[in-house]
Amino acid sequence: MMYFDDRLYLIAGAALITIGLYALLAHRHFLRRILALNVMGSGVFMVLITYSARTAGSIPDPVPHAMVITGIVVSICATGLALVLAECVQALTGRTELSDERETSEHTGARPDTSDEQHQDQSP
Amino acid sequence: MLYLFDLVLLVVIVLLAWRSLNDADLFRGTVSFIALGLLIAVAWVRLRAPDVALAEAAVGSGLTGALILSALVRMRRRGRDAPRPNHAGGAIPRRLIGVLLLALFLCLCGAMLRLAQWPEGLTETALAELPASGVSNPVTAVLLNYRSYDTLLEVAVLLLAIVGVWSLRRAEWPGDVRESYPLLMPLLRIVLPTLVLAAAYVLWIGTSKPGGAFQGGALAGGAFVLMLLGGFGRRALRHRYRMRVALSCGLLVFIAASVGTMLLTGEILRYPAGFAGHWILAIEAAALISIACTLGLLYLGGRPEEAGDGTPVNRSVNGSKNGSMGR
Amino acid sequence: MIVLDVLTGLLLCAAAFFFVSGTVGLLRLPDIYSRLHALTKADNVGLGLTVVALMLQAESWSEVFKLVLIYAMVLSASATVCYLIGNEAHRRGQRPRRSGAN
Repeated sequence: MMYFDDRLYLIAGAALITIGLYALLAHRHFLRRILALNVMGSGVFMVLITYSARTAGSIPDPVPHAMVITGIVVSICATGLALVLAECVQALTGRTELSDERETSEHTGARPDTSDEQHQDQSP
Repeated sequence: MLYLFDLVLLVVIVLLAWRSLNDADLFRGTVSFIALGLLIAVAWVRLRAPDVALAEAAVGSGLTGALILSALVRMRRRGRDAPRPNHAGGAIPRRLIGVLLLALFLCLCGAMLRLAQWPEGLTETALAELPASGVSNPVTAVLLNYRSYDTLLEVAVLLLAIVGVWSLRRAEWPGDVRESYPLLMPLLRIVLPTLVLAAAYVLWIGTSKPGGAFQGGALAGGAFVLMLLGGFGRRALRHRYRMRVALSCGLLVFIAASVGTMLLTGEILRYPAGFAGHWILAIEAAALISIACTLGLLYLGGRPEEAGDGTPVNRSVNGSKNGSMGR
Repeated sequence: MIVLDVLTGLLLCAAAFFFVSGTVGLLRLPDIYSRLHALTKADNVGLGLTVVALMLQAESWSEVFKLVLIYAMVLSASATVCYLIGNEAHRRGQRPRRSGAN
């Protein structure tokens, strides 16, 4: 029972996975990486739900729906724990990135990602 | 006509995802992420997945965004946040990553579009057993009857997350805003009871319509977060056993149900015939309390303890003043 | 009924107009206070028109009641949030932009 073309959703899911993976590899700030993991998760969920919507039946396949609901809850738990770990790293070392990456960037001569100035409250 | 709507929605989703991850300002990026979550919830509705849409709008967008925003504010308050994106490259140059990921994207699209056109799926199997499962919503039947073992482990993951967070640091309480924002109190007086009622309703209706324990727990978790923002609950949270009982009651009830079913019917989590609906509702009710408390306490980001004289502790990890000077 | 469908369509178009004008206000107005003004007022009117349009299509009185409840909650939440943002901006020293200055 095809009433719309859902291949668009598959492509969008693949795009979300790729965008999330790019941000995970290219940025080094903790929060950006955590956001990137969440976006990747959303992309994977979109692929799963699209396949469940493509099944030939009166209703979409409920098993991937249950798996995605479980996945959403598990991913917020992982995000919460990762945020607390990031805050602990920042409180202990003062940096907002992992320390071995700092050494790598110093090796290549690039600027390390810490700043001593207070963050200015920007106007929206 | 709906095809056009799908196209526009997905283009906006992809662009918003790019903006939220690559924005120079992390605050703007996080707000874009929250908006992205809401648009993805619309996509779930389009894909005929209303249960997932409820969970995504409440948990995936709202609560995750609130967690990240509160962590961002706390990290900035510590003054070490770099306001610019790090263009200083790492060990692998960005262009190479970009090219490789473009190739990955094309391979993913090709692989996905080649998979089965109209897969068989488990719809007929799920629907065939639905009358005996005790509920009439197939997703709830999958979550709490066919694959209830997975849900047991998921509730355990919730408890693990809060155990991890509590072992790592003490909570920093948000400042008491009741005096500086007097309009917050009337809103909380209206919204908090309504949210609790809505959570109970979503739990109850989940047996026959889209809903369930996780969606209701997310609503109640949102109420918990609002309560924390309004400055309530400090004394209640510091009580020694209350929070621990609330956090673990979901898992404990689930384990008790597993043992009970094993004794009654000989198989783990095989509900006695005719009473499956009652067992499911009991497990879901306990899980809702646990989910709400876990999500609210994840927002708090630490153990709610006092410094010994009852005043809230506003510093985070013990004594790292030397370390925060940078090494 | 065709009359109800036509009315629903008209109300939804009006609601879309209000939402678009709120977004235009967000993008084009000079300071935070006027932007809050545009967002909360225009968007809430748009949401109200949408709710009325959906009430015409509802199938039972309980759906109508739920729609009204949704509108009431969004209204109270957005009014409070508008106040909180404005108060915080004022506390941080942002002042409304006067015409002719800077």
